[in-house]
Amino acid sequence: MDDIILDVRNLKKYFPTPHGMLHAVDDVSLSICKGQTLGLVGESGCGKSTIGRTILRLIEPTSGEIYFEGSNILEVPKSQFKSMRRNMQFIFQDPYSSINPRLTVSQSIAEPLIVNKLASSKRELHELVLHYMEMVGLDHRLASAYPHELDGGRRQRIGIARALSVRPRFIVCDEPVSALDVSIQAQILNLLQDLQEQLDLTYIFVTHNLSVVKHISNEIAVMYLGQIVEKCRTEELFERPLHPYTRALLSAILVPSPKARNKKREILKGEITSPINPAPGCRFAKRCNYATAACAEAGCELRDMGGGHMTSCARVNAGELKWD
Amino acid sequence: MSERLLEIRDLEVQYLTMGSTVRAVNGLSLVLNKGETLGVVGETGAGKTTLALSIMQLLPKKIGRIAGGSIVFAGQSILDASAREMRSVRGDEIAMIFQDPMTSLNPVMTIGDQVAEMLELHSEGRDKKEISDKVDALLEMVGIPAERKEEYPHQFSGGMRQRVVIAIALACNPTLLIADEPTTALDVTIQAQVLEMMEDLKTRLNTSMLLITHDLGVVAAMCDSVAVMYAGRIIEYGSVDQIFESPLHPYTIGLFNAIPSLEGKTHRLIPIEGLMPNPAELPQGCSFHPRCTKCMEVCRHQSPPDFDEGGHTVACHLFGADKEGA
Ligand SMILES: Nc1ncnc2c1ncn2[C@@H]1O[C@H](COP(=O)(O)OP(=O)(O)O)[C@@H](O)[C@H]1O
Ligand SMILES: Nc1ncnc2c1ncn2[C@@H]1O[C@H](COP(=O)(O)OP(=O)(O)O)[C@@H](O)[C@H]1O
Ligand code: SF4
Ligand SMILES: [Mg+2]
Ligand SMILES: [Mg+2]
Repeated sequence: MDDIILDVRNLKKYFPTPHGMLHAVDDVSLSICKGQTLGLVGESGCGKSTIGRTILRLIEPTSGEIYFEGSNILEVPKSQFKSMRRNMQFIFQDPYSSINPRLTVSQSIAEPLIVNKLASSKRELHELVLHYMEMVGLDHRLASAYPHELDGGRRQRIGIARALSVRPRFIVCDEPVSALDVSIQAQILNLLQDLQEQLDLTYIFVTHNLSVVKHISNEIAVMYLGQIVEKCRTEELFERPLHPYTRALLSAILVPSPKARNKKREILKGEITSPINPAPGCRFAKRCNYATAACAEAGCELRDMGGGHMTSCARVNAGELKWD
Repeated sequence: MSERLLEIRDLEVQYLTMGSTVRAVNGLSLVLNKGETLGVVGETGAGKTTLALSIMQLLPKKIGRIAGGSIVFAGQSILDASAREMRSVRGDEIAMIFQDPMTSLNPVMTIGDQVAEMLELHSEGRDKKEISDKVDALLEMVGIPAERKEEYPHQFSGGMRQRVVIAIALACNPTLLIADEPTTALDVTIQAQVLEMMEDLKTRLNTSMLLITHDLGVVAAMCDSVAVMYAGRIIEYGSVDQIFESPLHPYTIGLFNAIPSLEGKTHRLIPIEGLMPNPAELPQGCSFHPRCTKCMEVCRHQSPPDFDEGGHTVACHLFGADKEGA
């Protein structure tokens, strides 16, 4: 493979709860090449944000290895990690959770520049702030506005400017457009794509929106209850989904066209179950329309079904389930 | 033969807040026929929830007021109804589902009791046993095992709570169901379950529905006709086929262009530049003109009338007699 920037191996993050151990992320491995976007999709609670947070060490993993540009960042002492963190940034769904409401737009963007000592003078700081405001399409007029005076799209631009200001090489975008209306969502998606091209950025793009993830990603990992159940190139996933969960997910998308109305939908039974002390076997088995008794015991390992198309469904891997 | 159930004409709704008048609904007209599902689509702030609250007469007291127009439901003027008459309309005739199910659920009452309460309000002389059986049946109908009726709302997931709300709404067997973003907060596979159930119930009970959403996919799947709302007004109205196959208004076309397509690869999205106007300071002329790529001189000064062709209505100067240079 060429130029892998991030390589995550056997990542686990368990949370102790009063009812037992919650397996938020359970043995996830993934890697991304420089300049690419990996989409992480799945329903709420499947562990997408937890993966993003552990990769940036906003929370410490239970176990696993995370190689960024070749070095295992988990072996770097926390005190030294700060300078590495600059290269790896996070964009949040709700900019309110990351932006201090008492700071103006320019103060907000200046903050990471000051913390990381990226400006040598007041003047340079001011110029850099204006530079990043321009880059994300925030009018200079807004420099002294407060976040609450701005709409969601503009607040998201502040978050993006803050992340960019430290010149990262890798960004985890956690549902950055999920709270936005479609006309504004399109503006932000275009912006993220332009910045990626200009600055050669690598993204992990977390979302539950399948049309957004299809649009923005080169590769997609589908998650279910803390595990990746399928992973492959974007076009391949939409043309030839293999895992029954992926198939149900794609079938549940409501295409904005009345012609799609007659399409037979696959409706899943039940709901996502609790990730606390999960039983062995396939975690999707309870809701799966194709489960057999054996699925509850199957060792569901990701396997390459050809051309890097990985899936963990034991029945697909055994050749028992074939889709036309 | 289609029979009118709800007819709204030139509705104006305002919120009076510190020193300013928020014009949330501005001359909105629409018609809903019996048995029909009408989708109302629009982005945040378009006035969708205000429209629903106006029909239900649930606008916030003192702040919200209907400044003009009429709402006629089943031949009766809702705006002239007394508070008592409205209470019975809300119970018996029109039910509403909100985006957040907790808006309609009582957190300290079991879900079974909440369904039963609604049934008791709407059926004289039924005995306890009858009501209890009906509660079980309604819960089963929305896919919740009757054994769970002694549980409280917090013991259910978001999708299940929304289904409890639907069961309560159906307990009064309404003629009209107003659903305001009923699946927006749900995961796609759960959304699919809830929508399938709503569709099934609608056909079984022949309920008419006003389905409010910002999701064009939900509209395509569920609705017979569509009203596109912008800055408090319906700017385009037509059958699902008309709106999706041949949208006319620049805003509607813009919405379709802004959504990433699932078929084929779009390299770049075409956003609608600018923002929704502030309803306290609506622009002159067509409210969409500051964002419109087709804006003409007349658009800046004159509000476009509705132009109608074969039931497909559009409020835009590009059409009809106003057409410039045509
Ligand atoms: N700090 C925490 N303590 C306990 N449980 C947590 C914590 N953070 C997340 N979880 C749980 O971990 C699981 C995965 O959560 P999350 O990564 O936020 O999912 P997603 O982003 O896919 O919606 C969920 O069951 C969530 O409740
Ligand atoms: N209680 C209120 N007081 C003042 N303004 C309000 C109130 N409720 C809604 N608005 C304003 O009215 C407009 C329409 O809101 P709403 O009907 O909620 O739109 P939608 O449901 O389409 O997002 C918005 O600009 C909103 O800010
Ligand atoms: S009336 Fe004018 S400004 Fe308004 S949508 Fe039509 S062309 Fe655009
Ligand atoms: Mg998340
Ligand atoms: Mg609303």
